[in-house]
Amino acid sequence: MRGTGGFSKRGDHGLKREVAIVAVGATRFGEHWSKGLKDLAWEAGVQAVEEAGISGKDIQYIVFGNMSGGMFEGQEHVGALVADFLGLNPVPATRVEAACASGGVAFFQGYLAVASGMYDLVAVGGVEKMTDVEPGQATEILSAAMDYEWEAYFGATFPGVYALMATRYMHDYGLKPETLAKVAVKNHYHGSMNPLAHFRNRMTVEDVLSSPIVAHPLRRNDCCPVSDGAACVLLAPLDEAHKYTDTPIIVKGVAQASDTLSLLERRDICTLNATVQAAEKAFAMAKLARRDVDLVEVHDCFTIAEILALEDLGFCAKGEAFKLYEEGETYVGGRLPVNTDGGLKAGGHAVGATGVKQLVEIVKQLRGEAEGGRQVDEAEIGLAHNVGGSGATAVVTILSRR
Amino acid sequence: MSVSGVPRHWRSQRERYRLLGTYCENCGTSFFPRRKICPKCRRKGRTREVEFSGRGRVFSYTVIHVGSKTFDEYAPYVIGLIELQEGPRVLSQIVDCKPEDVHIGMEVEVCFRKLFEQEDGGIISYGFKFRPVDDSWVEYYGKLLAEKKARTAQT
Amino acid sequence: MRVGIVGYGAYVPRLRIRVEEIARVWGHDANSYREGLGIEEKSVPSLDEDTATIAVEAARNAMRRAREVKPSEVGALFVGSESHPYVVKPTAATVAEALGLTPSLTAADTEFACKAATTAIQACLGMVKAGYIRYGISIGADTAQGAPRDALEYTAAAGGAAYVIGAGEGVIAEVEATYSYTQDVPDFWRRDGDSYPRHAGRFTGEPAYFEHVINCTRILLEKTGTTPRDYDYVVFHQPNSKFPLKAARELGFEDKKLHPGLLVNRLGNTYSGSSLLGLAAVLDVASPGERILLTSYGSGAGSDSFSIRVTAAIDSKRKLAPPVIYYLDKREYIDYSTYARYRRLFKER
Repeated sequence: MRGTGGFSKRGDHGLKREVAIVAVGATRFGEHWSKGLKDLAWEAGVQAVEEAGISGKDIQYIVFGNMSGGMFEGQEHVGALVADFLGLNPVPATRVEAACASGGVAFFQGYLAVASGMYDLVAVGGVEKMTDVEPGQATEILSAAMDYEWEAYFGATFPGVYALMATRYMHDYGLKPETLAKVAVKNHYHGSMNPLAHFRNRMTVEDVLSSPIVAHPLRRNDCCPVSDGAACVLLAPLDEAHKYTDTPIIVKGVAQASDTLSLLERRDICTLNATVQAAEKAFAMAKLARRDVDLVEVHDCFTIAEILALEDLGFCAKGEAFKLYEEGETYVGGRLPVNTDGGLKAGGHAVGATGVKQLVEIVKQLRGEAEGGRQVDEAEIGLAHNVGGSGATAVVTILSRR
Repeated sequence: MSVSGVPRHWRSQRERYRLLGTYCENCGTSFFPRRKICPKCRRKGRTREVEFSGRGRVFSYTVIHVGSKTFDEYAPYVIGLIELQEGPRVLSQIVDCKPEDVHIGMEVEVCFRKLFEQEDGGIISYGFKFRPVDDSWVEYYGKLLAEKKARTAQT
Repeated sequence: MRVGIVGYGAYVPRLRIRVEEIARVWGHDANSYREGLGIEEKSVPSLDEDTATIAVEAARNAMRRAREVKPSEVGALFVGSESHPYVVKPTAATVAEALGLTPSLTAADTEFACKAATTAIQACLGMVKAGYIRYGISIGADTAQGAPRDALEYTAAAGGAAYVIGAGEGVIAEVEATYSYTQDVPDFWRRDGDSYPRHAGRFTGEPAYFEHVINCTRILLEKTGTTPRDYDYVVFHQPNSKFPLKAARELGFEDKKLHPGLLVNRLGNTYSGSSLLGLAAVLDVASPGERILLTSYGSGAGSDSFSIRVTAAIDSKRKLAPPVIYYLDKREYIDYSTYARYRRLFKER
């Protein structure tokens, strides 16, 4: 399988042991004027540590996602910075960067660290402090996740690149702006029930369609906000999980895939191939089918991204996902609840933290602890989907209650 | 675009000025942006630089109303994903037209424009943009010569 | 050896502002400007257009017509302008790079108010004739500055024209003779660091424009032993409609010989592009054997005159690029606030 992104030759992916999430923590996502990057990381980390009933010193390895401390805060080398602030020196701490998939990729690395037998207790986190810069500056920093030389340099923005996908998708499959708006409406409905969500207001289709255009056909309410926030999960071998929790959540499958950074080098811009590839691998590893999944957290940085994700993950055929929205099937209580925490749109998008925040929501759902009326009945299996840039990196994680 | 220094702007300047890419003589495929190796032919490939004709069609487009700091002055502006006659696609602004007139399949041709100016007296970055193809100028010559004939006839 | 123009190309940005619109903003009487200057509207560059982009577009059109010219055969490129994007860093190098002419050529920006490019044509003619280069390109392009509320604001326009100079069979218009006339006259100037030029009002007329345009043309006629009757067209620098008309009449050219190349009423004054766009409009319609007299004018002050004879080669090359009239017709009107935005007249902080 050399060169194709396959697994090792032993059919069990060469891993030594199963891994479980034993504790979680997350800050509210939003504008945290009084908190910096270190404060946010502290808040999420302490929650997870307390939940597990351990001392921070029990943690053997820290790996966390952070897209751009350097450009948002002028601060690089945030791995050691966070470890030090949490009082955990000399525990090794690694910062992982894959744009908006930084959190998901950090989780993948943390998973490998435990599954390989190298460590028995690993903290996986994600943190981003985005509101210290002006919005125009934030747009520019996020543009760095695209191809700088041939996309951002010519004036493309992040919403702009997803808008290119949306225009083409609408042309090819007949999606209407009103249906696209329903993605945001649903996510705000879910967000209204999530105390950690950036936005907790409900919204109508009219609210979306009357919001200002950002990048035609995407309007402000098709776009996720810029948020501050952090999230953390603790990983342990499954056979040691009961030391920390009565409800370990098992990592059934996790896979990461890559694609071109630029949209211009993809023949089909309505498919994120990294998502397709990661999903195939994650499901194969989990030995599960799409119909086994009770809820999903997908990377809805823009409304169109949620539609594409459901198709690329294999839950619907290409050109079919938006029909679920016409029928309301993606709400809690529907056939496939999507983004029960409000997603990126209402839940917020602290870029490096998002991939971990998604896992926190799935864990809460599988434990039956989701507040505010958003609990999915008898949720057994959940899937999280985290994307970097316009699809150059995707991470798909499948979690199970048993 | 304040994050990058002058050499970085200069390095891909030729491609930006002239819409240059790579052509593989072994399989006849064109690539944009440039490549060191033909991904199809690998070691068998024979790649060389190619200047594209500059004509193509809009594959998809958007109108940016909220630009990044560097480009906000130009908003609203059209960004198109353009499929060149030779096959590859480029992402570029589409100018000299009303945003509402842009559509998928529209024929466009390359032009030379300012991409942005660095702040505080920094360098000006130029490069390709696209505009709608308008071959109506061809018709003018017939008209011009007819007018001239009429003038000469009068005198 | 037949030396002259082997290709020419024009470019005018698409935006226009009408005299009425400018007059409305300042409370001026639009008619007095329309009639006094003989101008209806002027071209305006988009935010992403400047002298370099205009020069490239014009030069690409010129190279389309100069179809036998290989990029490697172009030995010199000059851009004449008084609105070079940089004070120090040559527009000519950018244009040469965009045309794929680098690195084997000499290139420079020239400045002599509105005649910088006709002077550069003379330089190209000389180098070709001397055998130093095979082909040379001279481009006149400007995004002309005129201070808000100043009379110049009504005319200062954007556009350019490019000429590929060479010898032999490909020559579409042979330059039979050229003559220049130069004196130090402070009629119009812009000091280093200033945003807009200043001018000496009516002093720009008799001792400046007319003194140079008329004398330069008259001496060229004398030297070549020709008279206005020998020419089918005459093109002068055109800061407004009145000056060239008055000069033509004084020299004895019939009005109809001036009209084909008189664009200022619809275009404005494109400074370094002005007389060369006029010449391009004439080449769009001229027949083999017809003769053109061109005299530029640059404040400060000087004129370059050229006696040009159109050859049979023009018929096959003319249609390879758009005529000037196409650019004049292809336009979109903007109001003064949009104009002010595009000309960056608003102070943002």
